[in-house]
Amino acid sequence: MGLVRTPARDNIQELTVEELRAKVGTGMEILDAEEHMLLSMGPQHPSTHGVLRLLVELDGETVVNLAPDIGFLHTGIEKNMESKRYLQALVMTDRMDYLSPMTNNMAYIMAIEKLLGIDITPRAQTIRIILAELSRISSHLVWLGTHALDLAAMSVFLYCFREREYLLDIYEMVAGQRMMVSYYRPGGLWRDVPDEFVPAVRHFLDFFPAKIADYEALLDRNPIFLARTKDVGVISGEQAVAWGLSGPSMRGSGVDWDNRRDMPYGGYEQYDFAVPVEQEGDVYARYRCRMREFRESLSIVRQALDRLKPGPVNIDNHKIVPPPRAELGRSMEAVIHHFKLWTEGFCAPAGYVYHVIESPRGEIGCYLRGDGGNKPARVHFRGPSYVNLASLPLMAKNRFVADLVSVIGSIDIVLGEIDR
Amino acid sequence: MTHDELVVKIINENLPGVVEEARDFRGERTIVVPKARLKDVCRLLRDDPALRYDFLSDVVADDYLPDYPRFAVSYHLLSMPNKHRLRVRVWVEDPDDGPETLAELWPIATWLEMEVYDLMGVRFAGNGSLRRLFLPEDWQGHPLRKDYPLGYEEVQFSFNWREIDAKKPYAKVVVQVRVQVQEEVFPGPGT
Repeated sequence: MGLVRTPARDNIQELTVEELRAKVGTGMEILDAEEHMLLSMGPQHPSTHGVLRLLVELDGETVVNLAPDIGFLHTGIEKNMESKRYLQALVMTDRMDYLSPMTNNMAYIMAIEKLLGIDITPRAQTIRIILAELSRISSHLVWLGTHALDLAAMSVFLYCFREREYLLDIYEMVAGQRMMVSYYRPGGLWRDVPDEFVPAVRHFLDFFPAKIADYEALLDRNPIFLARTKDVGVISGEQAVAWGLSGPSMRGSGVDWDNRRDMPYGGYEQYDFAVPVEQEGDVYARYRCRMREFRESLSIVRQALDRLKPGPVNIDNHKIVPPPRAELGRSMEAVIHHFKLWTEGFCAPAGYVYHVIESPRGEIGCYLRGDGGNKPARVHFRGPSYVNLASLPLMAKNRFVADLVSVIGSIDIVLGEIDR
Repeated sequence: MTHDELVVKIINENLPGVVEEARDFRGERTIVVPKARLKDVCRLLRDDPALRYDFLSDVVADDYLPDYPRFAVSYHLLSMPNKHRLRVRVWVEDPDDGPETLAELWPIATWLEMEVYDLMGVRFAGNGSLRRLFLPEDWQGHPLRKDYPLGYEEVQFSFNWREIDAKKPYAKVVVQVRVQVQEEVFPGPGT
């Protein structure tokens, strides 16, 4: 964190390179260069959750103006995806929002499936939903741990990471990878889940509700936590909609909208779950929304496990899904399909689709344009973290710097998704 | 009447002749409107009591390089009361003369348009905060355009370390130090 004292406005010559960069980098209008102090918070600040830099204008300890400066993690994912085949580009999506890779996979894969016009099998749908909900829980666990850590509650962090570890083990069990899973594939899944999967998830369903109660016992009525979250970072419902806020951050302001319930995708219409909504619009309301989502996700997973019937996880179309290994020794056609699929990939029709799903952070949309070839002509992601970050100045203005930390934690951003 | 049809009907009643094309693909409706009328159409879509597209989900720009008009900008709208999504599309011939900003209708548009400008170079009229967002301030070009090459970095081995380093643009003082260290560890074939 570097401190910069801005000189008088009429003497431009006194501006140092750093101050100039501070202004150029964020384009922020400085209200009073004479009296106020400019503070550059980040990009290496622990409570900015990655490499976010905030330029903050302070009057004493009060934030009078701030602007986010992003791009430190920009890796050109959208550009890279255009030069890869549809399936090759999948691995990029894991690396955007690295805390919930399954839902990123899902947005991208469902966009491909929409473009191709294919439907998947019921078993694949159910497994996708189980893993998407587990992914929501694991992402919320990281949020809860880091958010509490920012507000000086160290023990919650350790508990959350312990439970997250169990979920990462489940990821490893199904996909062979703890984080960069790439498990969802066009037409189904990479392969069926192993036999240990269902007992492992059932075990999680058994022990996790008690853990949620533990977190709530630590935080819900903790006076320090309440003092730092109640009536902090308030945003109204109308503002939240106008500023494109989505997910629990929006539902904390009383906007009753969840893509899983209101515009169901991938089989969510068969499940019975509530959408937690809180009216206050402050940091505490957003906290409560996510805590209640833990229980709803558990309920969805429980219903999904009851529905899980044996059957194929991939569709039968070997132009899109590789043929099973056993067939390669018997069938010439299977060999040709296998060869064509791994050398050339599949071609998608010309046209564009936009598929939206509810990620742990909000509405993640994937815009996909095909030109008839085997590579996407354009991929664009509507990252919920990117859009949610825009309303940060709105929530944190005219509050203390300490509240700014609390607000950043409450909108639950992942910089990998913001910068892409 | 489905909602897809209702949208076009209401636009045609209020702003006759403005819908250049209405197409359906995979259950998604796209309406193409002239660039100059974009704001009027969007205002109608947002304010009409039967439509109420209150949420701007995303702004995406496309580059159809050999074709003309070259750029297209798509606005993905969501109507929460009606649970309906709609794509409004405009064609842009000259990226420096892009569509008008929609910040007046949805404040988030400023932020979404900044991304489009940075990566695709479409300039939105009236958006005062267009600047480099993801890329450094002195970056040249807009990477998502089709005529922007995909970069790569040559792999350096001990035999061609110096040769490839000489081509790299970054600070040469550091490079020289690194070359010395490198030669101590891996003496090249000539030494």
